[in-house]
Amino acid sequence: MLQTDLHSYVQLFAFGLVAGLTGLCAIATVVTQNIVRSATWLLFTLAGTSGIFFLLGADFVGAIQLLIYVGGTMVLVVFGVMLTAQGPFIHMKTNGAEWAISIAAGILLFSVLSVGLGSEYLARATGARGVSKDEDTKDSHHAATIGQALSGAPYGPERKNDNNAGTHYLLPFEIVSVHLLVVLIGAAYLARAKRRKEEIT
Amino acid sequence: MLEWLSEFWKHNWEFVVAIIAAKLLIGFMLVNAIFSVWLERKVAGRIQDRLGPTRVGGKFGWLQTLADGMKLLIKEDTIPAAADQMLFRVGPYIALVGSFLAFIALPYGDGIIAREMNIGLFFMLAVMSSEVFGIILIGYGSGSKWSLFGGMREAAQMVSYEIPMALCVLVPVIVAGSMNLSEVAKQQQGIWNWYIFHDPFTFAAFWTYFTCAMASCKRAPFDLAEAESELVAGFHTEYSGFRWLVIFMAEYGSMFAVSGIANIMFLGGWSIGLPWELTTVFAQFLGEWPGWIVGNVLNVSVFMVKGWLLVFVMMWVRWTLPRLRIDQVMMLCLKYLIPISCILMAGVSLWTLYMPLLAQWIISLVIFVLSVAGTGFVVFRLITWAALPPGTGMPGMWRMEGLPGYQGAAKTH
Repeated sequence: MLQTDLHSYVQLFAFGLVAGLTGLCAIATVVTQNIVRSATWLLFTLAGTSGIFFLLGADFVGAIQLLIYVGGTMVLVVFGVMLTAQGPFIHMKTNGAEWAISIAAGILLFSVLSVGLGSEYLARATGARGVSKDEDTKDSHHAATIGQALSGAPYGPERKNDNNAGTHYLLPFEIVSVHLLVVLIGAAYLARAKRRKEEIT
Repeated sequence: MLEWLSEFWKHNWEFVVAIIAAKLLIGFMLVNAIFSVWLERKVAGRIQDRLGPTRVGGKFGWLQTLADGMKLLIKEDTIPAAADQMLFRVGPYIALVGSFLAFIALPYGDGIIAREMNIGLFFMLAVMSSEVFGIILIGYGSGSKWSLFGGMREAAQMVSYEIPMALCVLVPVIVAGSMNLSEVAKQQQGIWNWYIFHDPFTFAAFWTYFTCAMASCKRAPFDLAEAESELVAGFHTEYSGFRWLVIFMAEYGSMFAVSGIANIMFLGGWSIGLPWELTTVFAQFLGEWPGWIVGNVLNVSVFMVKGWLLVFVMMWVRWTLPRLRIDQVMMLCLKYLIPISCILMAGVSLWTLYMPLLAQWIISLVIFVLSVAGTGFVVFRLITWAALPPGTGMPGMWRMEGLPGYQGAAKTH
């Protein structure tokens, strides 16, 4: 007997399609050597991510993702082109060492993520760490907890009696923000330094 | 087999409906482009005192756009050697997709919406902002100075005009308490309940929004990205054939989309001005489903007529006003529209919080009566002017009796 209810198949297919395209676009972002093309692939990647949010029914996050990142990529293209362009189409050469470093970083990030997710999954499956076996992932408050911890509030609703009640991520969050500021200043410095050199010569 | 099919249908009818809805939306967008281009030519002809299309498809040239479409389809599709091939190809489709996605959240009638969203308005603004990216890619990827200038101007313009546009749309959102477009439209049954008449701030917000919307569709007087007198054809200088067609389908699509937002947020959506929802009225007389269908046929036609009326106003403005300079465009936004929209937003919040209800009601009635009277007066003057014999002082005519060459009122009497 054929399956009559297509819902799960269609959802799986749509998720696979969007996720696969997003992944391919992400690879293309890295592989492309033309800066504007790379930004375009980045745009497709971010739009694909928002597509995943829409599939999950998180319309607001998806729309925010589109609005902010499309605008952000646009500014990236405009300033990237206007501030750094010397020829009409810039090509960035990546050498072997850069490839090696970035691949290592990528593998490291992937392993951290998979270990984190895998241990959580294992804990759920075996019922360890006080997480009940049949607790639905949709109802868990993990994202909310992380959000509260990021904003400096030290606890989530279900972590009150936990040993980690005091942890919050405000300091790392601020450090990342300062890092972004450093990147901004650095970019401005690089762009200006080039122009100054042209004036001297 | 039949049993299996009926079972299949019972579980999966949503997919069939979704496919039909998507087809209908694409069809509507294309028909809208065809109709709007024809309308634009007729309006431009009328305003510039010529006839516009008259030959293809009868007296009014109904089929002119189809003929143009055929021509564009068989035209050679050139890509300049200096262009970035991939960006050149992909740009028009990004613009089209950005414009098309906006229609997903746009309700045409009671329940006639592709996807009901709590944040439909925000979604529409978000996806329409991605249309600009397509335009910038078109400008950059063409590998031509004119196109690059056009694209950069469009970027500067859009980054600034998005802010007052979003802020102005938030003014009726504050009154309505919802971003769900269907819900906002349903709150405005009866012409005096339209949010444009709600208070002075929403009234001003409508005009500010419409100005920004015109700028965001890069229509004259804000069509600096195109500016054919300075930049050949601006961002689409290098395009021909079908890709050019796609760019313009996106432009006319987003014109209808921003008009649709204006309709729903300020002008009652699909309400014809009566204080009842038509579907419920017809449901009482004809039964539930026939009533819903008849009511919604009326709703959808009212919505489309209203949308095309606003599109017509955009065309009217385009063919009447001269183009601004880029610094004037930026100054208009940064020095005037952004402060105005901030004041409007603060004002409407204070108004809904602190104004006594009776005063709110009286003032909204006064605004309604004044607007209706003003519209009636303008229409009356236009009709009387149009009925005058030629040469007897049309509006804007230079009435100077002593001037050589003046053939005014004195001669005909």
